[in-house]
Order: sequence, then C-alpha cells, then structure tokens
Amino acid sequence: MNKVVIDVKNIGMRFNMSTQKVDNLKEYVIKTIKKEIKYNEFWALKDVSFQLKKGERLGILGLNGAGKSTLLKILAGVLKPTEGSYSATGRIVPLLELGAGFEKQYTGLENIYLYGTMLGYSRDFINEKLNEIVEFSELGDFINVPLKNYSSGMKSRLGFAIATVVEPDILILDEVLAVGDAKFKKKCEKKINSMFDKGITVLFVSHSLPQVQRICNRAILLEKGKLIADGSIEEVSALYEEKTK
Amino acid sequence: MNSYIKNFMKYRFLLVELVKKDITLKYRRSYLGILWTLLEPLLTMIVLTIVFGSLLGNKDPTFPVYILSGRLLYTFFSNSTKAAMKSIRTHSGMIKKVYVPKYIYPLASVLSNYVIFLISLIILVVVAAVLKIKPSIYLLQAFIPLLIIVVMTFGVGLILCTLSVFFRDLEYLWSVALMLVMYTSAIFYTPARIIKAGYGWLLEINPLYSVIMNFRNAIYGQPLDNRALMISLGFSFAVMIIGMIMFVKKQDKFILHV
Repeated sequence: MNKVVIDVKNIGMRFNMSTQKVDNLKEYVIKTIKKEIKYNEFWALKDVSFQLKKGERLGILGLNGAGKSTLLKILAGVLKPTEGSYSATGRIVPLLELGAGFEKQYTGLENIYLYGTMLGYSRDFINEKLNEIVEFSELGDFINVPLKNYSSGMKSRLGFAIATVVEPDILILDEVLAVGDAKFKKKCEKKINSMFDKGITVLFVSHSLPQVQRICNRAILLEKGKLIADGSIEEVSALYEEKTK
Repeated sequence: MNSYIKNFMKYRFLLVELVKKDITLKYRRSYLGILWTLLEPLLTMIVLTIVFGSLLGNKDPTFPVYILSGRLLYTFFSNSTKAAMKSIRTHSGMIKKVYVPKYIYPLASVLSNYVIFLISLIILVVVAAVLKIKPSIYLLQAFIPLLIIVVMTFGVGLILCTLSVFFRDLEYLWSVALMLVMYTSAIFYTPARIIKAGYGWLLEINPLYSVIMNFRNAIYGQPLDNRALMISLGFSFAVMIIGMIMFVKKQDKFILHV
C-alpha cells in the first residue's frame, strides 16, 4: 500500500497573456516586425511538488484562481507543464465537467461508445459493461433518445456512469458531485466509497469543505499557484477555514 | 516509437468511433441517407458532362468516366483537407477535458471521408460498365494512386490543421487555394488542350493531377506513368513527414489557442 502512484516534481505552468488578441496573419506579421506583441507572463502554478501513495485521497483546496483546475488538467495529461515533471502509474480517469466529450446528435447509447473509447476503453469492454452503465445512469428508455433532448442531470448521470464503470487506479474529481439531485449524489458518493475499499487513489477539488472532509484523508492548499500547506485533512482544512474568513 | 504504437492501439477504438460518427451524422437527417454518396457524384457528373461535353464539344463517348474519376478524387482531397483543418477546433471541448492523442482527430476526418469516397467508387464502376469500358489487367494498379492520395491528404491535412489553430484565416485562404487546385487538375477538360496552349507545367507542378492521371490510366487500361508516380509519391511522403513534425512540435500549444 506504500507505492507512490503520483509523483509531482516542481511543476510550473506559465501562460502568456497577450495584451491584444492577435489571431490573423496580417496583424501577426505587422506586429512581429514592429515588435509590438507584448506578453504578460502569468504563472498559474509555480514550483508545486508532492507525492501521492496508493490509496490516498487528496483534497485540493484553495480560493478561486489558486490553480486547482490547472493542476488537475496537468495531472489528467491535458495540459503540459512549462517546467517540472510528473509521473503517474495506473489508469487515470478524469471526471472533469461531466459529459464534455458527448455528441449532441447522438443517442445516449451511441454516446456510451464514443465517450467510453475516448477514455481508452475497448469496444468489447464497453459491450460487457453496457447493462451496468445503463442501469446505473437510471436513464431507462431515454437511452435511445438523442442527447440534445436530455436534461443536464441526465447528462451528468450518464457521464458518471461511464467514467466510473472501469474502476480506475486514479480518479480525478473536479466539482462534479455538485450536479444531480440529492438521491443521485448519494449514489455517486456510495459508488466512490466502494471504490475506496479497493484502494483507489483520488484527487478531489471542491469548494464544499464538508464534502472534501467526508471523502479525503489528506489535503493540500494552494494560494496563487503556490503550495502553502500539505498535511492531514484536519490540519489543512483548519488553515483553509482561516483563509476564507 | 514503441510507446506510440501502444498508445495508438489503445485509442484505435476511438478512431473507429469518430469515423463512424462523422459518417452517420452526415446523413442522419436526410431521407436518402447514405445513398447520397452515390447520387451526388452521379448528378454532378451529369451536369459537368452536359456543360463540358455537349455544350463545349467534347465528343468522346467515355467522357463521363473521365470527369467522374477526376472529380471523385478531387472531392475527396478537398473535403478531407477541409475537415482535417477544422478537426482540432471542432473537438476543442474534448481536447480541453480528456487526454487523447490529438492526431486521432485529423486522422478520423480523413478516414471518414475516405470511406465515403470508396463507397462512391461504386458509381464509377457502374458508369464505366454502362459506357462499356472494358476492365484490363492494368485496373489492378488502381490501388496505387488510391493509397498515395490518402497519404497526401493526411499530410496536407496535418499541416493545415496545425497552422489553422494559430491562424484562423487559413480556412478562407485554403478554399481559394483549393479552387486553384481544381482548375489545374484537368478534371473536366483534357490535358492536351492546356499543354497545346503552353501551360503544361501547371499540371506538372500539381501533385493531385499526377494522382488523377494515374488513376485514369488504370481505368482506361494503360500502364501507370512513371514520372507522375514519382512526383505524387515524393510529394505525399514529403508533406506527410513535414506535417507530422509540425504537428508533434506544436500539439501541446493547441489547448491554449482553441
């Protein structure tokens, strides 16, 4: 149980925010010649390091703009950090804004295959788990209706059902449990809890402190892109509460 | 290299799903559905034959086959390069959320158009049979230009797709460039006319024309033209390699621009 699954070393993420937006060739050429393109450097993350062992459930706390989502995007492999490196072992499944990869024209059923393969599952695997996904999403006959007619709750139920059917090694949760009705929320938490028993590693971002305290056993606190605290959930959430006062 | 292959194998199911999605959504809301892949080229062939055959006096009875073979290849090239160019922007929602090897998107655009193109070849076979063009042993060579054009299209698509993330203007410029490609590909006129006028070099610098020419040679029962084969092969692998290098170098920046 003491295997390090995520190793983040001195990660920094820089964004160049150009003062004027340049998106056509003419402007670009003229401004490059005149040396008029100026960038404001902005470090969303600076020198962040931590290690996560198998089975640890890390809450990432911080105020708006602290760099929480940027960190999760780097860990999910979507963004490449400007400096530093990180390594992760095992299958990572990100649950960032449920249903981002859905196609509106497609029915729920077709979307299961589209979204499932996007997460790297094989077709056979999805065939095998199809019933389980449909059942968990509670969509019933709506599974054959185009997604554009779904309510947002239905979409997130489907997204959650697809993403969690695999039992990943590392699960990344970004504010996702804020959607759906209370009953479904409970069901999701139950599902996540059942995965904990199997030794899953979790990274969780939420502004709801009680929820973080319920799910996580360790936390880090970010402020303006810097890691300012790393420790047990009790210590860090006390510090966070002080900051939000 | 090995990890590239492993990664591709993992996401090959996604590639299939994306290709399927492009094709099904294209025809989903139309009554005739996939039949349009056959009808559309047939109807344009009729129009072009009337205009360039009857009205402008080309009396060759197999002229419709000549037009159709050229047009099908050109349409494939133009549709896929346009789709590949826009593919990163169309899938920006997914790119921002889930890690997927990004070349899958332009590749899926090219392949879905290729499937549609291969289906529409049926109409070419039918028209050729009706006009009594006899298949010869040379017809077997048709697969060579058909393979070269995929490589060429994917290469050009990768270059366009990388550039257009940073410069949206390219989408407009490319439609103009495509028009130029169309008029220098000898789709609805015979090259003899343009060569006689002293503009033969226009055809020679257009690699798509080399592909079309060899495809027609195969259909009309003539051996492949070696020079055209070399031009199209050389160009295809050059754009493919350039496209791959450009794409790999810039792909991490896509997310900041889409």
